[in-house]
Amino acid sequence: MTTSTMKTPATSAYWAGLRDGAPFILVAAPFAMVFGVVATDAGLSLAQVMGFSVLVIAGASQFAALQMMVENASIAFVLLAALAVNLRMAMYSASLVPYLGAAPLWQRACVAYLNFDQPYLLSIARYEARPAMTVPERFAYFIGAATPITPLWILMTYVGVVAGKSISDAWALDFIMPIMFLALVAPMVKSLAHAAAAAVSVSVGLLLVGLPSGTGLLIAAGSAMLTGALVEVWLEKRAS
Amino acid sequence: MNYATAEIWTIIALMGIGTFLIRFSFLGLIGDRPMPQFVLRLLRYTPVAVLPAMVAPLVLWPAATDGQFDPVRMLAALATVTAGLWTRSVLWAIFAGAFTLYAGIGITAAL
Repeated sequence: MTTSTMKTPATSAYWAGLRDGAPFILVAAPFAMVFGVVATDAGLSLAQVMGFSVLVIAGASQFAALQMMVENASIAFVLLAALAVNLRMAMYSASLVPYLGAAPLWQRACVAYLNFDQPYLLSIARYEARPAMTVPERFAYFIGAATPITPLWILMTYVGVVAGKSISDAWALDFIMPIMFLALVAPMVKSLAHAAAAAVSVSVGLLLVGLPSGTGLLIAAGSAMLTGALVEVWLEKRAS
Repeated sequence: MNYATAEIWTIIALMGIGTFLIRFSFLGLIGDRPMPQFVLRLLRYTPVAVLPAMVAPLVLWPAATDGQFDPVRMLAALATVTAGLWTRSVLWAIFAGAFTLYAGIGITAAL
């Protein structure tokens, strides 16, 4: 097989990822900006705020860290809370193994750096819908999906720092993140097993909301995954 | 906030490294070794298992209202989910949610 016939499908996969990822700039932009505003307000310097957005690129955990820092928690607790929020990404990482495990190490490292909610959710949905995709196509799609959002995340953090406090609370930027997450997940509820998993996730998440940051989320996610898998097995047994 | 500059940079650096290692974990270490069938089944439900638990408290007890239930945010969340289930489109779901949120805020402010 020549390079050109290998290249074309990967290129079009990249563009497909780029197209699918583009709408998320609408929701990621305000989110990054809010982080810039809030972090500056809390007393971080421009370089430190940018350090967060470039090195960590994980919105929810950046906010979690900031919250702990505002409360003057010890460094160990700041890290614990922030990293616990990110533990769901270990599950993301694991669920990409069947699709991208065969890719070269440097590609897997790139995907790991960019493995935040939006590119992950878009990619996993695409991989599931198109089992015939090759590994280079999957990698290209992932990078495409991350292309619009990553530079914008960094840029809009900067805009947030600079624009500072001129954004009024009336814009309800706090609720943009929940809307974004719900919009990502609702179209993925495509079977009884998915619905059962989502229901368990919500119930356990609400029940354990008092536990330290991230802990309840992990337990809720674990039980919901188990529920989904068990319902799937049960449905298959009934069908056969 | 009472941290020395070096302490803040320590937090940022360790969070960056820790987050990368979490994201790299399975993908980096396991590579293309085959995984057991039941593990694959479990992993299929990762997104629908994680995000609802993360969002539910934010919908019921929004930070912006100091944890007070807010009908406008609740309606916006319901609109997002309904549109997402119905159209199967992320973008329409976002539009429905954002429209409901701002319409609700506008109406509440006018009352």
